[in-house]
Amino acid sequence: MAPIVELRSVAKTYHTPSGETKALEDLNLTINQGDFISIVGPSGCGKSTILSLIAGLIKPSYGELLVFGSPVTGTSSKIGYMLQKDHLFEWRSILSNVYLGLEIQKKLTDENKAYANKLLDIYGLGDFKNRFPSELSGGMRQRVALIRTLAIKPEILLLDEPFSALDYQTRLIVSDEIGRIIKRENKTAILVSHDIAEAISMADKVIVLTKRPGRIKSSHKIELSIDNRTPFKSREAPEFREYFNTIWKELKSHENEQY
Amino acid sequence: MKMNNINVSNDHLKYLNNMKRRERIIKITQILILLSILLLWEIAANLAWIDSFIFSQPTKILKTLWEMILDGSIFIHTGISLFETVVGFLLSTLLGTSIAVLLWWNNFILRVSDPYLVIINSLPKTALAPILIVWIGNNMKSILFTAVLMSIVVTTLTVLNGFLEVDQDKIKLIETFGGSKKDVLRMVMIPANVPTIINALKVNVGLSLVGVMVGEFLVAQAGLGYLIIYGSQIFKLDWVMLSIVILALLAALLYKTVLLLERRFLKWRE
Repeated sequence: MAPIVELRSVAKTYHTPSGETKALEDLNLTINQGDFISIVGPSGCGKSTILSLIAGLIKPSYGELLVFGSPVTGTSSKIGYMLQKDHLFEWRSILSNVYLGLEIQKKLTDENKAYANKLLDIYGLGDFKNRFPSELSGGMRQRVALIRTLAIKPEILLLDEPFSALDYQTRLIVSDEIGRIIKRENKTAILVSHDIAEAISMADKVIVLTKRPGRIKSSHKIELSIDNRTPFKSREAPEFREYFNTIWKELKSHENEQY
Repeated sequence: MKMNNINVSNDHLKYLNNMKRRERIIKITQILILLSILLLWEIAANLAWIDSFIFSQPTKILKTLWEMILDGSIFIHTGISLFETVVGFLLSTLLGTSIAVLLWWNNFILRVSDPYLVIINSLPKTALAPILIVWIGNNMKSILFTAVLMSIVVTTLTVLNGFLEVDQDKIKLIETFGGSKKDVLRMVMIPANVPTIINALKVNVGLSLVGVMVGEFLVAQAGLGYLIIYGSQIFKLDWVMLSIVILALLAALLYKTVLLLERRFLKWRE
C-alpha cells in the first residue's frame, strides 16, 4: 500500500530581516495509513514545521512532499490540525465552535451536523452544546477542540503538542481519552511533543529529531506486551521504561552538544 | 455559576443585608449632594450672595424649561443636538472600523499611512472646524463632519490595535481548515473585537458631543450649542444653564444606551 504521507529530502529555511534559520534539512519520512507517529526532539528543532508543511500551511524550501500520493499545493479538508491551545472562540457556543471547520469548508449539511452532534454525545459533551467555552474545564475544552477537528472527517490528524497547556493530571486523562478516540475513529495521526512519556504512550512509532536544523536521528517502533493498549495502560508496560531511557539518552546527547 | 438559594446561612443573609444597606447609603448620599448644591444655589441667589442675572438659579432654570416646553423650542434644540451626536458617533465608529479593516487587510497601505495617522491623531481636531465651515458651508453637514472627525482617527487606531492583538494561532486555526483571509476577518477579527468596537463607541459618545458643540458654536441656527453661545452673547444665562443641564442628561442617556448594547452583544461574557 502506498504511504499516506511521504517527505523526500525536505528542507525548510525561514527568512527574517535578522537572518535565516534552517529549521529542517534533508528530512525523509514515510507514514502509512492508520499509523500513530510521535515526533520528539529538542525545542526549536522544527517539529511543528513538519506539521505545518504536511498541512499545506507553508511550502518546503527544497525537496518533495506527497500526501495521499500527490504533491501538497495547499490545505486539504482531509487533514485535521490540532493546535497547542484549544482556541475555542469565546463568543460561540460549544456546538457552534464544533461547526467552525464545517462552516469554513461550506459543508454544514444535516448529515455533517448530525455527525458532529453524535461525537459530542459520545464523548460526554452532549449536555454542554449550548454552553460557552468559559463554562468548561481545560480538559473538556481540549476534547471540544478535538471534536471540532474530527467534525470535518479528516483522514490524517496533526497534533501539535495539544496537551501542553493542561496541568499534569488533566493531561494524562485527556491524552488517554484523545488517544482512544483517535484509535476508535481509526485515523492516521502525527503527534509532536516534547514529553517523551506522552510520545511513547500514544504512538506506534516514535521519531527522534536532531537539534536544528532538524533531521531524523532515530526511529523507534513501540511494541508493548499488553492487551488492549491505551495511552494510560501503556505507561505500565514493562518495555515502557526501556523505550523511555533510550529516547531520553538520545535527546540528552543533544543537550550536551549545546554546552 | 449559579447561586445556591436553598441553604443560605444566617451569616450570609447578614452579609447580603449589609451590602444592600451600604448600596442604599451611597445612593442617598449621592442624591443629597445634588439637592444641597441646588438648594445652596437657590438660597445664594435669593439672598443676593451671587448675582442671579449671571449665575442664574434653579427655579429660573425650571421656569425657562417650562416656557420652552410650552412653545416647543426646547424639543427642537435638544432633538437637533441629539440627532447630530448620534449620527456623529455611529458614523465615526462605522467608518473608523471600516478603515481599520482596510488597513489590516493591506499591509502596504498600513505601513504607508502610519506616520499620517499618528500626526492626524495628535492634531486637535477642533482646530479644523473653522476650515470645514468655509469648505462645506454654514450648515448641519459641517457640524456632522466635525463630530465624525473628532473620533474617527482614534476609532481606527483602537480597532486596528485590537485586530493586531488577536492571537496568531486563532488565525492559523482558520487557515488549517482552509479558510481565506475573508473567513479570518468574518469569523475571528470582527467577533473577537466586538468588545473593542463597543468600547470605542463609548468613547465616541463623548467625543461626538464635543464635536457637535464646537460645530454648533460656529455655525448653528439651532441646537443646544447654539443656545449656549447665543444665550451667553445676549446674557440669557438661564438658557445657557438649562442647555448644560440637558447636555449632561443627554450624555448620561447615550452612555447608558451603549451599555445596554454591550450587554446585548456580549452575552457570552457573563
